This record gives sequence, structure tokens and C-alpha cells, in this order.
Amino acid sequence: MRHILSVTVENEPGVLSRVAGLFSGRGFNIESLNVGPTLDPGVSHMTITTEGDELIIEQIIKQLRKLVMVIKVVDLTTLKAVQREMVLIKVSAEDSKRAEILRIVDIFRCKVVDVSVDELTIEITGDQEKISALISLLTRFGIKETARSGTVSLRRAMQLSS
Amino acid sequence: MEMTGAQILLECLKREGVEVVFGFPGGAVIDIYHELPNSPIKHILVRHEQGAIHAADGYARASGSVGVCLVTSGPGATNTVTGIATAYMDSIPVVILTGQVPTKLIGNDAFQEVDIVGITRPCTKHNYLVKDVRDLAHVVRQAFYLARSGRPGPVLVDLPKDVMQAKTAFKYPEDVSMRSYNPTYKPHIGQVRKVAQLIKKAERPLIYSGGGVISSKGHEELTWLARKLSIPVTSTLMGLGAFPGDDPLWLGMLGMHGTYTANMAVSNADLVLAVGARFDDRVTGKVSTFAPKATLVHIDIDPTSIQKNVSVHVPLVSDCKLALAALKKDLEQAAEELDWAAKHKAWIKQVKAWNKEHPLTYKEGTGISPQYVVETIGELTKGKAIITTEVGQNQMWAAQFLKITKPNTFLSSGGLGTMGYGFPAAIGAQMAFPGALVIDIAGDGSIQMNIQELATAVCHNLPVKIVILNNGYLGMVRQWQELFYQKNYCETCMEAQPDFVKLAEAYGAAGFRVTEKKDVAPVLKKAFKLKQTVIVDVRVEREANVYPMIPAGASLTEMLLV
Repeated sequence: MRHILSVTVENEPGVLSRVAGLFSGRGFNIESLNVGPTLDPGVSHMTITTEGDELIIEQIIKQLRKLVMVIKVVDLTTLKAVQREMVLIKVSAEDSKRAEILRIVDIFRCKVVDVSVDELTIEITGDQEKISALISLLTRFGIKETARSGTVSLRRAMQLSS
Repeated sequence: MEMTGAQILLECLKREGVEVVFGFPGGAVIDIYHELPNSPIKHILVRHEQGAIHAADGYARASGSVGVCLVTSGPGATNTVTGIATAYMDSIPVVILTGQVPTKLIGNDAFQEVDIVGITRPCTKHNYLVKDVRDLAHVVRQAFYLARSGRPGPVLVDLPKDVMQAKTAFKYPEDVSMRSYNPTYKPHIGQVRKVAQLIKKAERPLIYSGGGVISSKGHEELTWLARKLSIPVTSTLMGLGAFPGDDPLWLGMLGMHGTYTANMAVSNADLVLAVGARFDDRVTGKVSTFAPKATLVHIDIDPTSIQKNVSVHVPLVSDCKLALAALKKDLEQAAEELDWAAKHKAWIKQVKAWNKEHPLTYKEGTGISPQYVVETIGELTKGKAIITTEVGQNQMWAAQFLKITKPNTFLSSGGLGTMGYGFPAAIGAQMAFPGALVIDIAGDGSIQMNIQELATAVCHNLPVKIVILNNGYLGMVRQWQELFYQKNYCETCMEAQPDFVKLAEAYGAAGFRVTEKKDVAPVLKKAFKLKQTVIVDVRVEREANVYPMIPAGASLTEMLLV
């Protein structure tokens, strides 16, 4: 199963390679890894999406907690959480297809951020499902390039039970 | 008062209680060596940096305090990597101080530059590059704290040359607090109660103890629990000595080369109490058939050890000594009220029957049996020596045929299985206990991996004894080739052996050769009495094997016996 881990770490040199090295050295899988500073300059926040059965996820979480630079690890999969990823998609857009692409952009409430004679670059932000849906709809026009941020996620303030 | 980085470093070492440093100088650490004569710290010059780290490790294992090694940048640093990984796998507290090129040259492929922090990230508990002399005292303090606290391990501090030369006011940080590092020491009392209940209910309980009992100094609590409640004890290689090897409840080591009794006991126990052990594959054999009838309790300070290889029923994250003490407290009354020997009578009888069926033994051939040599060492030393081993058959025979009665007296590379470990480790142990009889049980293959340290031992007049069980083979691999690879002894025959007696003499040590069984005891006796470094080259039977043996991946009950 896919898990999203929220990892708070000391903002020190080498911390990313410690975390990434833990995954590669122990044969764990990283689907995406996103790092950025927090409001506290001494602390960074990572969002790691990974996959594995319960025992593997338990090991990943414990091994992360064991790293001296790691302050906190939360498995957001077990909580209500907001997930977002941003993707830039460069898609072929000849004149005859352009209107349809723009309609899709409109429906998905995403943005065109670059235009040329026969290409459009689209920015989409959303959860995995939304992004997959857009990509599958655009595939038939010919996607030339994508750049993905990887998932970022925060737990919801209100943990209402469903 | 302003001090240089080198002075601050040495002052910190002094305040951490460091008495001896094993090292090898070089350009990047010359400033530290320049200050050494002004410090009370004793320095042991090794002949290879791998010797320095193993010696620091042996010092740590024997004394129970942090071992320290000091080497230069680049090749000096990389030469320690095997020893760092050895200490990491066995959770040994060592601080490794490596020189580094000046900060302004870092990243420029400077002379003798290597990214040692990057290289050792996966095999240290933590590591540091000190970029500013003002951070130095703080980092060294943290390094020692990390090395010895929680689950112990090696910590590396990389020291650029200009940082060692720079000056700052020295202030020793009294306290260490790290928000991201808080090992759990105290056991959860509810879990302790649960374990105590399981012990009370069990009919066929077994203790499986590991190195964690030794590093937490929990051997007395362990012994109390076993003896008071009449529970048989087996242990890992790392756990040898935590429970007296001459006690009637002692079953011997378990696992691949464990005793028949221990392996049968694990396979039939209804409760297995794993304490400070990590269910290594050399111990469990085929995981799915490990302790099939037992409720598994796992006590360990490191949560990652729990549920890593084997699914356990009752986890207990705690310092082993504190957990065992809590169990003792909980069970004290029950210990008095109940006749535990009577309660476990049938179980103990069964265990004894297994032992009678297949005791640890060996076939006497025409030559000298290596097991006989080990037994003789045991008889001559009566548990009073510190034994180190190399890796391979010599190590397993030592683990099987010596009666290790005290913790910290059997030093062996368990997790990594590092050939060349035993001799430098013996040097470290001898430094910790100058008056002790320290013996390295070696093979002719392993001893040649760090034989250059003879010069170190002789130079410091360390009376370490090396007993080589010389079979002219890389014996353990040869044994595998014999049993599982159709006797294809490819590249395991050690041709062109040195004359170990002459070699010892060339270094200024004493050397003896033993070729007949009748000479084993007298020559060993003579060697152990000498106040100098000695090699005893015992020509043993060439194709003796280590039994019992469980083929890799098989179940504990599938033992090949003598």
C-alpha cells in the first residue's frame, strides 16, 4: 500500500542524503521525496511517499526515527490529510486541438503557463487522482514533457471520523 | 582563554575520560599530534589504521567504555571503514577522529581528500564534519554521548586541518540535549507485567540472550532470572559471557553452529524470551520455522530490531538491564513462593536428555584436533583470560568449546564477521587490562589480515598471545566447499604460508610451533607465562569441520552433527 510520511528533520547539511541513503541502503522504495524549510530555520519538512506492506512501513518509520537528525515521523496515511502535487505538463497543441485542450484545462481548473505555436504548458495542482485523470486525458494529444514536484502533505486540523 | 582546535579536542577527550587513543599520524592531523605530548592521553601507534579502529573496538568491548581512534584524512580515514562497520554491526561505542583537508579545499579533490562523512554514513550511528572551531567542543561532547547512550555504536568526527589550527575560547558544554535523540531506557510497566505473567504460565520457557545484555551490564539480572526461575539459557555469539558458561542451565550458543540442545530447545519451547538479541539469520535459520511453538517476547533498546526479521508477540522497548530488573521486581515474590525447579522439571529433564543424546563433541583423528586446542586453552585459563577471536572455524570452535563465564571477556566480530579483527582487538583489550591474560584464537588465514600489528604489540610490550589453529586452509569456506560444493576447494588452500615462528621472532616476539598433541598443553602453558607477545603456531588437522552445522536457510532442527 502507498503511504505518505511526514518527516520533520534538523535543517543540517547531509540530512537529505541520510534519509535517501536509508531507503536505498535498506532496499526500501521511494516514490517521491519532497523537502523544504519550515518557518523555523533550524527545521526542515519532508514528505515521503513510499510503498510496502505493513511490516516494511513499520520498519521504514522506525528506521527514520532512529536517524539522529530526525525529530518526528508521522504516517499521514492513517490520518485525514491534505495532499497536493504540482505538475507542469508540456503538451502538443496544433490549432485543431487547441480548443479542446483549453476546455479540459478549464474543467480541471488548471492554468496555461506557457504557449507556443504548437505547444501548451499546463500547470496543475491537486491530489494524485486529479493529476492522473488530467494526464490520461492529455495523453492522446501527445505529452512532450512533465515535471513533478512530488507529493506534499499536511494533516487536517480537524480529524473527523468518517 | 583562547585555545586551538587541536588543544580543544584533546581537552575534550580528557574530560570524556579517555585514557588511550589508537592512531596513526598524517598531514591533516599533525596539529593534533603536535599537542599530544602536552596531554595526559596515551597514544598507541598502530601499523595500519584498520588496526587502530579494531584496537579501539576491542578496548571498548573489554572495558565497557568508549574506544577512540585517531587517523589522518583520505587513505587514513578509508582504512578505518571495515572496523567502523564491524563496530556498527555489533553496537560497540567507538569515536573515530579523522583528519580532513582544510575547509577551503573541501570538494576540490585535494591531496588526501575523501568524503569520509559520506562514505561512513551507512555504517556509523552518526557522523559530523566540524566546519567551525566554535562548534568543536559541542560536537565532540555529542559524539561521545551518542556513542555510549541508547544502542551504542561508532560515531565519526571529521576534523579539517584549519579547524584544528583556528583559535577560540574553550567552553566545555556540561549538558548534552538533542531534541531529535531520546532513546527509551525505561520499560513500559504494563508490558513488563505481561511478560511476567507469560513467564509464570510457561511450561517450557527459554532465554535467548544477546550482546545487548552485555552492553547494558544486565548480566546479573539475567542470571538471577534464569537461576531463580529455573529457565535454561542460550545465547548468540555476541551474548557469550552474560550467563555463566559453566552453569547447569547453560545450553550453549544457538543457531548455525549452535548446540543440538540449544537449537532443539528453541524449537520446542513454549516461551522464548529474547533479550538484547536481534534474530540474525545466523541464529534463526529458516525464519518461518523459528521457535514454532513459542510465544516470543523481545526486549531491545532499539525499536528497529523489533519485528525486523521475526514477528514477535510481546515487544518491550527498553534498556535490557532495566527491563530485566523490572521483571525481577515483578517476579521476586513469585520466585520465593513457588518451587520453580519442580515446575520446570520435565522441561529441564528434556533439555538434559538432548544434551546427552548429542553433546558438543568432536572426532579425534590422528593429528591435533583444533577443538582440543581450544579446550586446553579453556582448562589452562579457567575463565580468567580475555579471549578474542578471528573469524571462521577458529571463532566457532572458540565459541563452542570455551566456557565463557564473565561478560566482556569474549571479543569477536559477530555481525560483520571481520577477518583480521581478533589480534588488534586483543591489543585494545590488553591496553584496557594490562595485567590480564589476553589470547587471540586465530586461523592461519585471518591472522595474516592484520599481522603487521605484531610491531605495535611488541613496541608497547603488550603480552598478547596469538594461538593459530593452523590448518593451511581458509577453513570455513573449505568446509562449505566440502559439504555443499562437491569438494571444489577453489582458492581456499593457503599455499606459501609464512613461517609464523620466524615471523614472530622477526618482529621481536616469541614464537612456538606445536605439531604433536602431547605438546599442546605444555607449550601453551609456557607461552601464557611469558611476559611478551607470543605466537603459538599449532598445526591442527587440516580437514576438521565445525559441527553441529545448519546449512544456510534450513531450519534449526535440520542439523548436521559430528
